[in-house]
Amino acid sequence: MSAHVDSHIEAGHDAEHAHSDKRYWGIALVLALFTAAEVILTYLHIGKLFIPVLLILMVIKFLTVVFEFMHLRLDNKVFKYLFYSGLCLAVAVYVAALSTFKFFVH
Amino acid sequence: MADIAVPATAPMIAATDSHGHDAHVDQGDHGAHATSTGLTNNKLAMWLFLGSECLLFGGLISTYMLYRGRVGNGPRPEQVYSIPFTSVSSFVLLMSSLTMVLAVSAAKRKDDNAIRLWLTTTAMLGATFVGGQVFEFTAFYRKGLGFTTSLFGSSFYTLTGFHGVHVSVGIVMLMSVMAMTLRGRIPGDKAEVIELVGLYWHFVDIVWIVIFTLVYLIPA
Repeated sequence: MSAHVDSHIEAGHDAEHAHSDKRYWGIALVLALFTAAEVILTYLHIGKLFIPVLLILMVIKFLTVVFEFMHLRLDNKVFKYLFYSGLCLAVAVYVAALSTFKFFVH
Repeated sequence: MADIAVPATAPMIAATDSHGHDAHVDQGDHGAHATSTGLTNNKLAMWLFLGSECLLFGGLISTYMLYRGRVGNGPRPEQVYSIPFTSVSSFVLLMSSLTMVLAVSAAKRKDDNAIRLWLTTTAMLGATFVGGQVFEFTAFYRKGLGFTTSLFGSSFYTLTGFHGVHVSVGIVMLMSVMAMTLRGRIPGDKAEVIELVGLYWHFVDIVWIVIFTLVYLIPA
């Protein structure tokens, strides 16, 4: 009886893993399509929309990998805070450097 | 009497995160020490390291963005970049993230053959990316863009070179884990060790996602 229950639980885990593996393949396909879209955009002349669209696609790809492949979506909040702190500081560094070159050029 | 303090090292029983998942689940059966946070120290250290790496690459990308127009007498970015070639490299690195997450998934279900398959595939895709980068650097050098040619050249080679070194370190980590898996020498939870290497690998991938867009696709 116990062995029967164990095999059921194991089968359940296998099905769960198979499901998540399929999900990973799907996410990778979406990421590949987004990359292809980015490259195609560089050959199309869409004017002022070009850079904002590229940046949006970049952010979507970035967050998809972080949330889905690095599992930050479901992981503990402490990990999120650590990562976001670094990310926000990095953006702050960029803004500070840019401001320095913009306002203190002399 | 005042409240009795519970020792920080007491086994965590009811620690859960915001989603209701057991926060201590990864360390329960593997002899790891219970921590006051209920999280494994190794994973915490890896996320802290990745947070600090954001700063490193943030600084390098900022420097490149500021200097990419300073070409001096050297070639301009659009004269040296080959978007089709770099797009293929980016695709290869992106797919290595897929194979890495499949290796982590295999480790969680304790499927050793699948772990070896996906770790090897990830390392090979990473090596292909690094090989592509070496080829690209050689081609750029032949087009007249050396490390000291201009501020653009210096900042470009520093940024992409640092990233390439990170990918190379990732390949060494993958091969080391692979060797340890074959010898059965991974201490503690095998799934966690592979997950930590996976976190590093995915981080290298997300940095490239940013570099690919900001450095290669957006014109100076």
